[in-house]
Amino acid sequence: MSGVRRGAAGAAALALLLALVACGERRQTLDSSGKRVDEPAWAASTRDPTFAATGWKAGDKSAWEQQIRQRNQAQNDYAR
Amino acid sequence: MARMKFICDAERCIECNGCVTACKAENNVPWGVNRRRVVTLNDGMAGEKSISVACMHCSDAPCMAVCPVDCFYRTDEGVVLHDKDVCIGCGYCSYACPFGAPQFPSNGQFGLRGKMDKCTFCAGGPEANGSEAENAKYGRNRLSEGKLPACAEMCSTKALLGGDGDVVAEIFRTRVLNRGKGSEVWGWGTAYGKPVQTSAAPVNGVTK
Repeated sequence: MSGVRRGAAGAAALALLLALVACGERRQTLDSSGKRVDEPAWAASTRDPTFAATGWKAGDKSAWEQQIRQRNQAQNDYAR
Repeated sequence: MARMKFICDAERCIECNGCVTACKAENNVPWGVNRRRVVTLNDGMAGEKSISVACMHCSDAPCMAVCPVDCFYRTDEGVVLHDKDVCIGCGYCSYACPFGAPQFPSNGQFGLRGKMDKCTFCAGGPEANGSEAENAKYGRNRLSEGKLPACAEMCSTKALLGGDGDVVAEIFRTRVLNRGKGSEVWGWGTAYGKPVQTSAAPVNGVTK
């Protein structure tokens, strides 16, 4: 009789163990992708300075923004 | 600075496809891929209207929402870009985009569908600004050179405006006002209609 009880207890322990295995499953949510962080447009870069527009200095965000706004006015034929 | 935006003036666009050509030349866009295209309504009929369409760099971009590998990102200037090294070319973004902006190169013997390609607002990709790697994958990075997209700058009639959203909106507003028009042209009135004049005037402060 005690052997039967021992067997039942062992089976219950095994079932509990198997049930708990699921708790150890790895999370499958996507925490972060492999994409990289881009360099800001106004930052200094490896570009060939001969192609850069004059009137602003690489690394100066406010100068770049001012340059873009001024250049935008070339599309405004009421301001030319 | 506001977000970078495009706006196309249908009253000025003459369907010359200069923007399409400028884009292809500036970014070495392969055959079969059109980052920008000109759409004409009522083609050949009196009063036909054309508009130049590309990625609109949406503020709440559906392509970003549906991408299963999360390859899209938005720059500080509001330009929606993607990392081709992460893209798997599944095409979900193509179904999600209301403008048909995502393009897929299909060259090759077996009709393969390559990684997605789209308008970058001439802002390149995640590689170093102006690098050869960036140029090979995404084309020219004009923003980092202090310039604006080639399509908008090349537009002969200045129908296509591109740049700081506040500035292009102001340029467009000035045009519309000079035409003697108001909100009915590409504005609130276009989207929501003119306000309805109710005949019932307030009587004793109560509107019937």
